[in-house]
Amino acid sequence: MYGKKVKLRFIFLTLVLISLILTVFLVLQSLKENVVYFQSPSEIKSLIELDKKRIRIGGMVKERSVFINSDEINFIITDFKNEINVSYSGVVPNLFAEGKGVVAEGFLKDKNYFSATKILAKHDENYMPPEVKEALGDK
Amino acid sequence: MFKSFEPNKIFIIISKAQKYVLFLFVIVLTIGLIEALVLSPEDYKQSEVVRIMYVHVPAAWIALGIFSSLAFLSVGSFVFKNKHLSLIAKSLAPSGFVFNIIALVTGSIWGKPTWGTWWAWDARITSMLILAIFYGMYLLSWRIYEDKEKVIKITSLIAILGAINVPIIKFSVDWWNTLHQPSSINILSTNTAIHTSMLVPLGIMTAAFALFSILIFLMKYNTELIKVKNKGLDRL
Repeated sequence: MYGKKVKLRFIFLTLVLISLILTVFLVLQSLKENVVYFQSPSEIKSLIELDKKRIRIGGMVKERSVFINSDEINFIITDFKNEINVSYSGVVPNLFAEGKGVVAEGFLKDKNYFSATKILAKHDENYMPPEVKEALGDK
Repeated sequence: MFKSFEPNKIFIIISKAQKYVLFLFVIVLTIGLIEALVLSPEDYKQSEVVRIMYVHVPAAWIALGIFSSLAFLSVGSFVFKNKHLSLIAKSLAPSGFVFNIIALVTGSIWGKPTWGTWWAWDARITSMLILAIFYGMYLLSWRIYEDKEKVIKITSLIAILGAINVPIIKFSVDWWNTLHQPSSINILSTNTAIHTSMLVPLGIMTAAFALFSILIFLMKYNTELIKVKNKGLDRL
């Protein structure tokens, strides 16, 4: 149907693409730790030695765990398996709330205590009007 | 296979089509903006800020869609040695680039009030930036190289290489921990995480942006055909 050259070029392109995809896959696989934006409390618990570097921890803000002192806010980040205590002084974003997603950037004191220098709110993929949320909440 | 492409016929059709597309675009955009900015409800958590979504999400979709078509056209151009496909790709690229930039900028503006930061080096945002760089390279190389054969080869290569980034962008939020939220809309399943009253303006805005891309494409393609004509070539 098609000429020999067309077929050759098609096979060439397919081989180039396959090798490229493989390369990208391997690169991403080996860079996995750098590609993830944050670690979960469970991953922190399984660390063998503590990093002195600045890291990010993400998860849910545990319900009824937020305490605001004069210039410090304390809360617990949980992934429903493990938890970590976070302390932070500064302004939190609007969407920061109990039971919502959060990413804290800062330094580990030990495996249970994290001192954050920056708090980011992570929101989920759900969008709905307030009335619908209320109706859902009543159930 | 593509012998039926006759610039003269296409030229006449395109010149006529522009008007209708412009007309349709203005109508759809008006309806979309009214739906998105006035009629649609505020979000339960983000309140009014959610309206950025109606620009951000369609822009990102169109940017991804256009880059995918660039890649397919480039494969066709390379395999079948059909230069017309490269011209079509060349005319599509600018609007894709603009929508990519719009997605990045609106995302940044949206990120500040919701996440608390203008920029984060998470997988989704970084891969979107890489796509913008690929768009930039693609458009620049059309300008840099004079030789017709060479320019078609190089631009096709850039589009095909860059296409590997497209599935990475799409699935970045599923494969890795990202600050960006996972996608709300799944083509394969009917239940979406966006309420219908917000889904409708999102769809209309996507249609409006798509029409705008088609309009710019027609204008660009028209110019390209005029260029071919002026060189006294019947066919490329």
